[in-house]
Amino acid sequence: MSPADRTPLLTVRGLSKSFGDTRVLADADLDVARGEVLAVIGASGSGKTTLLRCLNGLEVADAGTVAVDDARVDFTTRPAPKALHALRDRSAMVFQQFQLFPHKTVLENVAEGPVVVQRRDKDEVRAEARALLERVGLADKADAYPHQLSGGQQQRVGIVRALALRPELLLFDEPTSALDPELVGEVLLLMRDLAREGWTMVVVTHELQFAREVASRVAFVDGGRVLESGPPAQVLGSPEHERTRQFIRRLSHPL
Amino acid sequence: MGSVDWGLALDSIGPLVGGAITGTIPLAAVSFVAGLVIAVAVALARLSDNRLLSGLARAYVSVIRGTPLLVQLFVIFYGLPSVGLTIDPWPSAIIAFSLNVGGYAAEIVRAAILSVPKGQWEAAYMIGMDRRTALRRIVLPQAARVSVPPLSNTFISLVKDTSLASVVLVTELFREAQQIAAFSQEFMLVYIEAAAVYWVICLALSAVQGRLETRLDRYVAR
Repeated sequence: MSPADRTPLLTVRGLSKSFGDTRVLADADLDVARGEVLAVIGASGSGKTTLLRCLNGLEVADAGTVAVDDARVDFTTRPAPKALHALRDRSAMVFQQFQLFPHKTVLENVAEGPVVVQRRDKDEVRAEARALLERVGLADKADAYPHQLSGGQQQRVGIVRALALRPELLLFDEPTSALDPELVGEVLLLMRDLAREGWTMVVVTHELQFAREVASRVAFVDGGRVLESGPPAQVLGSPEHERTRQFIRRLSHPL
Repeated sequence: MGSVDWGLALDSIGPLVGGAITGTIPLAAVSFVAGLVIAVAVALARLSDNRLLSGLARAYVSVIRGTPLLVQLFVIFYGLPSVGLTIDPWPSAIIAFSLNVGGYAAEIVRAAILSVPKGQWEAAYMIGMDRRTALRRIVLPQAARVSVPPLSNTFISLVKDTSLASVVLVTELFREAQQIAAFSQEFMLVYIEAAAVYWVICLALSAVQGRLETRLDRYVAR
């Protein structure tokens, strides 16, 4: 099934953002269909992380619109907190530096949002959290504190925390960049499983192999906009733009 | 130097410890708790985007830290009656000490809040929290751990500063000591004994601080 056959979940139009005099996003457009896995690649400073952070309002854009499902925010005027909140409700994010809550156990980390924010039944949430932890092989770590876990384990908890929110859209901000090389695999494998289950995912990453094998589409961001996007084989194999070609060559052959 | 009057030394322990239990310790404890409440409020005001609020908080901290505690105490107990506001010794002392602790601890609390990484706020927002909930459930608990050592310092200073309450007629450890000394004329003996009682209280507090840090350290990597 091609993305065109699916209903759109995420629509970004004309998104712009400057930090002082630096234009980080310049009229970026993006579409992600339900069930699609989009890998966002690009050099550091290209604006890909800012683009991702605008999708759940952690960064407030200067202009443009972001729509996830039925929540739509127009950044032309400064959005109301309520509108940002609605947007944020539709997605969940996995951070590069994990950002687990260090003073809470693994189970508390996972249950915090569903119980405190979504006001769901505590026992039900805990049971669900334990099942999710079991699924990612961390059932025995439920009562551990984050610092007692390896980086790979912490990031898997970060992913479970996101899943427990029951979002429509999963956002990943370079989820393996802070990990020791030997721990990258366990996180990527879990993300591949989620992709196969049909989660809609936007993944900012430098892992070209992941982009090639797991993503349904790859977007190359350059100069604050999506320069080109398409099936992995096309964007990574025979890119349209010279900038894309250079970037992929540098990543594949660092020496 | 004359011989030590051991009889007097023994007899004065009772009143001195009594003064600590009925004066010094409750005065310090009540003022510290009230001061902490003020401190958190002032710290949040200083961190707020509201210019007026943060300006007022800054001015408060500046006045408290820039004037002597003894003078603050005098203004409240001896100064206010001349403008028609008479406050009893105990409440006067508690108000003065609370305001004083509030000013100093506000800076500690502010620094502790700022020491929590920005990513923790973002993770809290990500799971759907508003600013208030993020502060209460995610940021303040982490800030609390950071602020235990400096707040313990503030508390220990406060315990000793309560001796100033003797000048506004609050019966506490040091006022007891002054009365015994005046009566017996054994100044050296009685004041050293009073100092020893303060020291013992502070030793106990240091021990409590150590235990509290260990307890709060359970989630910190070593």
